[in-house]
Amino acid sequence: MRIQLLLFLRKDTVGMSGSFTNLPAGVTAGMERHKRTMKVKHIIERVMNAVFFICGMVSIAAVLLITLYMIVAGFPAIKEIGLFDFLFGTVWQSTASDPKFGILPFIMTSIWGTIGAVIIGVPIGLFTAVFLAKMAPKKLAAIVHPAVELLAGIPSVVYGLIGMMVLVPAIMDIFNLKSGSCLLAAILVLAVMILPGIISVSETALKAVPKEYEEASLGLGATWTETVFKVSVPAAKSGIAAGIVLGVGRAVGEAMAVIMVAGNVANMPGLFKSVRFLTTAIASEMSYAADGSLQKNALFSIGLVLFIFIMIINAVLGFVLKKGEKK
Amino acid sequence: MKLKKIAALLTVCAMGASLAACGSDSATTTAAEKTTSGSTTSAGTEKEADDKTSAEVAEDLSGSIATGGSTSVEKVIGALSEAFMEEYTDVDITYDPTGSGAGITGAQDGTLDLGLSSRSLKAEEKEKGMTETTFALDGIAIVVNSENTVEDLTLEQIKELATGEITNWSEVGGIDAPVVLIGREAGSGTRDGFESIVGVEDSCKYEQELTSTGAVMAGVASNPNAFGYVSLSAVDETVKAVTVDGVAATEETVQDGTYKIQRPFVFVTKEGEELSPQAQAFVDFATSDAAKDLITNAGAVPLK
Repeated sequence: MRIQLLLFLRKDTVGMSGSFTNLPAGVTAGMERHKRTMKVKHIIERVMNAVFFICGMVSIAAVLLITLYMIVAGFPAIKEIGLFDFLFGTVWQSTASDPKFGILPFIMTSIWGTIGAVIIGVPIGLFTAVFLAKMAPKKLAAIVHPAVELLAGIPSVVYGLIGMMVLVPAIMDIFNLKSGSCLLAAILVLAVMILPGIISVSETALKAVPKEYEEASLGLGATWTETVFKVSVPAAKSGIAAGIVLGVGRAVGEAMAVIMVAGNVANMPGLFKSVRFLTTAIASEMSYAADGSLQKNALFSIGLVLFIFIMIINAVLGFVLKKGEKK
Repeated sequence: MKLKKIAALLTVCAMGASLAACGSDSATTTAAEKTTSGSTTSAGTEKEADDKTSAEVAEDLSGSIATGGSTSVEKVIGALSEAFMEEYTDVDITYDPTGSGAGITGAQDGTLDLGLSSRSLKAEEKEKGMTETTFALDGIAIVVNSENTVEDLTLEQIKELATGEITNWSEVGGIDAPVVLIGREAGSGTRDGFESIVGVEDSCKYEQELTSTGAVMAGVASNPNAFGYVSLSAVDETVKAVTVDGVAATEETVQDGTYKIQRPFVFVTKEGEELSPQAQAFVDFATSDAAKDLITNAGAVPLK
């Protein structure tokens, strides 16, 4: 864009200087003015470039600073506790007289919680995307589409509140449990929360599938449903995968909604057990942990582990998208 | 047009920057003023402090008071110091919530002007020359769901319920239903208070660990099997507070000592060592009648 503009500018000035000599004085003055405005425009161009550069640097600096801080803040506790004891210890008792800092329960809970949310959320999200992109009558899609967008805009605390007031008592009744705050409740809330991301990304990917593919399939005698699932969905698979990875990222990183429904006891995960995720482990103890204590440092270390999780997920996302582009 | 917009943007940025600079400048100067005035006047006020007529000393108290200790006391001290600093604008009180143990140690080695503890001093701490001044009490109510038929629990029963030795309400006179303990997160003052008074440190079988008193109340209110502990001031009609050893948890029973699940909030100081005038004034203020409403509003029980 910028190069084109500069080329255009140069052509302009060359054209002007070529027919310069034969022109009357008034016109020359006009030319001079024109030249000056060109100069001003050039300066603006430079300034704006600098502004954009600075803006870009701000976000990069933020990422770098956060990374650096997480590593600096997260290492001391891991060093003190020992990497193996920290990652694979199954007991977390941060304020006991003989404190134990094993975060395996949190790691496993985060993994199982995310897998559960994906198992429930992905089929629903994918089918909704297929419905919206390929099957829904225009009028119906016009209602469903804004509803999905609204779902994305609902603050997570509201998901948590509804989960706490409706879902938790319901789970308690249905499964005859003594307490409804459990991994299942968290999975259900997360499954709903990751829907909008999966739907919107998959829908965009499905809509981008060239019409010719589908027409060819229909021309060969396949039904519309067969065409959608055997032609459109495979053609859009990298976009759909990106949507799923985004959903996983959201599920791993969610804290507020989960803290309200999961019970937050540091148990090894079980579907009907009160559990604590990596995110909620940090959120629930940070406010009272004393500065400089091993407890606080260990919470930062959990943050570092979570950070690494998210980095891995982002790397997978990048890989999936790149693979899609190559095709 | 574009140029104007950019210019405007830059001006705004510049203004913001200069404002921020102004802010920090003025902050540092006032802080500097504070410290200088503190050091110069404290020598003068010391003599006056001996008169103990705090009303006269009142106007020219200045300097800082470093306090710290129990996390449970933080809210009460926050309310008290806010009111105190409103009256004596030159006094600056800081609170460092590091736990009762750290508060007592801090008072002992002199890093804190006042240590705050949410437990009485142990005999060996008193032997080291520390002394305590109780200024408030903390009652912890045991709450159950309003559907629960249990009305009274002994301290021993509460202990067994918390540690999971009793798993069914029928064992303590209730209906046949499982017991669910809903508590606070590690590090919470209420949790620390409950566990230390009942004697179940690190051995509670929690079903839920929630991060606020309100969440515990909501959790107990929505689960018929649940029981939990909350600060006395938080109890309302959404849940039922049980009597402990036949005594209901009220402000009066906490004050006269008949309600068992309570603990004192104390100032810890060195025996026989004179406090700085501002710290002494703060202790006097915290134990005065004027502080009672503040203590109640902060969720604790004032002394009788």
